[in-house]
Amino acid sequence: MTALVDRYQQAGRRSRIVVIALVAILVMTIAELITGTSDLTSRSTASAALRLAIPILLAGLGGLYSERSGVVNIGLEGMMIAGTWFAAWGAWMFGPWEGVLLGIIGGAIFGLLHALATVTFNVDHIVSGVAINILGLGAMRFLSSIVYTPETGGSVIQSPPIGGISNVDLPFLAGGNLFGWNTPDFFGWLENLDMFFVSDVAGVIRGFTGQINWLTLIGLALVPLTAWLLWRTPWGLRLRSCGEDPWAAESLGVPVLRMKYYGVVISGILSGLAGAFLVLVQAGIYREGMTGGRGFIGLGALIFGNWLPAGVLGGSLVFGFGDSLRFRGPEVVKSFILAVAIGLIAYGIYSFTRSKIRAATIQTIIGAAFLLYYLQVEEVSNQLLAALPYVITLLVLAAASQHLRMPAADGARYAKGEAR
Amino acid sequence: VKSGRFLTTVVAPLIALVIAFGIAALALLLVGINPITAYQEMLSFGLSTESLIITINNALPLFVSALAVAIGFKMGLFNIGVEGAYLLAALFAAYVGAQFSITPILHVSAILLVAAGVGAFWAWIAGVLKVKRGVHEVISTIMLNYIALALSAYLFLNVFRAETAGLTIATDLIPETGWIPSLNPILALFGIEARAGANLHGFLLIAIVLGVGYHYLVNKSRFGYNLRASGVNPTAAGASGVDPKKMVIRTMLISGALAGLVGIAPLLGFYHQYPQDFPRNFGFNGIAVALLGRNHPVGMAFGALLFGFMQRSSLILDLVDVPKEIVTIIQGIVVLAVVIVYEVIARYVNRRVIAAAAAATDTAPDVPAVAA
Repeated sequence: MTALVDRYQQAGRRSRIVVIALVAILVMTIAELITGTSDLTSRSTASAALRLAIPILLAGLGGLYSERSGVVNIGLEGMMIAGTWFAAWGAWMFGPWEGVLLGIIGGAIFGLLHALATVTFNVDHIVSGVAINILGLGAMRFLSSIVYTPETGGSVIQSPPIGGISNVDLPFLAGGNLFGWNTPDFFGWLENLDMFFVSDVAGVIRGFTGQINWLTLIGLALVPLTAWLLWRTPWGLRLRSCGEDPWAAESLGVPVLRMKYYGVVISGILSGLAGAFLVLVQAGIYREGMTGGRGFIGLGALIFGNWLPAGVLGGSLVFGFGDSLRFRGPEVVKSFILAVAIGLIAYGIYSFTRSKIRAATIQTIIGAAFLLYYLQVEEVSNQLLAALPYVITLLVLAAASQHLRMPAADGARYAKGEAR
Repeated sequence: VKSGRFLTTVVAPLIALVIAFGIAALALLLVGINPITAYQEMLSFGLSTESLIITINNALPLFVSALAVAIGFKMGLFNIGVEGAYLLAALFAAYVGAQFSITPILHVSAILLVAAGVGAFWAWIAGVLKVKRGVHEVISTIMLNYIALALSAYLFLNVFRAETAGLTIATDLIPETGWIPSLNPILALFGIEARAGANLHGFLLIAIVLGVGYHYLVNKSRFGYNLRASGVNPTAAGASGVDPKKMVIRTMLISGALAGLVGIAPLLGFYHQYPQDFPRNFGFNGIAVALLGRNHPVGMAFGALLFGFMQRSSLILDLVDVPKEIVTIIQGIVVLAVVIVYEVIARYVNRRVIAAAAAATDTAPDVPAVAA
């Protein structure tokens, strides 16, 4: 056991993430065994979590571009609201893909506004973000009252129902259609072989690859694309240098203001896309308040992920998973609470063996509180469950803010040619 | 320098308002509505006695919310958590207040104490997280807002909701001893008769006390000096013996206590219980009012009255086929415009001061550089 722990201590960051994910699944399996449910690690839970994670992921990636260029963006929520409205309007007027485009444009406009205020006029980033959120909500309601209210099914708070974006089977993996040719359904074939374990795993992969939404694919593809763009291209280096030390970047000839504009407008584009996803994939309608704070959860995922693309993906999957629990029935939620309790207490014991007495005490106490709640409560309330992503974010921040490193000049006021 | 201060404190908000109303007018023109008639309707409706009373009522929570935000601003702390804190505080205050009945003044004071206490506790969490764990207060208060929303929804539906639920879902009615009486009898002394339904909230007097108290605390007290010093230059303040951690905790406690009182005016002056649709958004609009009033109590009072007026007078717009949401747009633009205009004017004033200093040194007789 201690040998394993030592191996873990020496492992690199990537292997650690894998270990943590495996341990998490193990803990949840144990909890399932105790409670006698099996939905916590099932295929449908996983795919629901993925679907719910995408808007959070997109908003988080948006925040990543903005904050890597040095502009704090708490206006993600407002930009996302603009995205939902314009996506619904575009889809209603023209078609789903035009809706996506218009959603992106809607988000980009508000991104541009944030850039204008923070970069050109040097307004405090938080203040501008707050204004963007107020303005986003108000402006969209104004537009609804003009555009949607006269229509049947529409009102000041919602659009008429609209068509969504179709799902697709991936070629080769799930028998998708490629230029009119029906490719073989590899994992479907494996699943039907009825081989022990292999077919189960194949079934899960089939669940991920079959009937997947185009926008989900695009969202997932944006993670490696962002990592490549920001960490493997000169453009990305310039953008990140503006977030770390704009004065040094300026002295090396980087057009700092322009790079910040890129970062903030891209964050608007991605938030707009997140809004479009909500409308076109999840709801099929625009409803006021449908973003439900997902822009802020995206911000949480960004922090959770330590301002790194893969981390943002991990954070949004965690939050998406938490979100999906709400739709999976009370027993599943209860076994999740138990899993959290077991996990925290186990972590407490781990800390104890590393002689971190204080951390161990705190973790065990919180774990015991969850355990007590599990033993006491009949059914976990949906209202409390809604707070889960925010509680997780706060706990992660409280536990790990010393290990998190935001871009050094994130939120700093910078004016061209002036001393720091 | 004197004129510079006038420019930034008075002219900047005025320009911002002109810009906001101008852009809103353009938006109205674009959808084929005459903005001038719309604004005229708002003005004539908003200036009736009843409307003015309701304007003041609307302004009260906004003003208190702005005070809560502003005290944080004074030391560079950004408390976005007013929204969640006041909802949670109002819910607890309504519940506790409905449990007993004592002498009016004591009863109201007890309710105020509960509200302030809950608000202070909620903000204290963010303060502790900042001081002990280095969590930025903006992020923690955003998260605490949503947690407060979820928690108050849970408590409301499962714990605090009245058993004898009639048509409306609400907490138990607070006994009359816990109400804050209306000021209409005093208005009547001055010959102002308001129609029924327009009751000037007695909370106005408390709000005035809070505003004056804020002024003394920030500008006249030792605490206020430390507060402002920490805001302008934390390093220098620390060197002169101000404990930055204690300042953060204390400021968050005061800000939270004020935030807890935000919902009191509608609670004890109008609803007398906590209904499911207890008014929202005072927290976020309070940030706007604090920015508009530049953290000055008088400025914030004007800002709150302006927002209250817009909220009231927009009610007429729906009757004349103008979307009343135009007001929300104006409010959003005002926030952005006021900070941008302030920034531009500050730059201009700064440049003028530098130019004046340069001119003065040019004409001054030669002084050895060492002596200067």
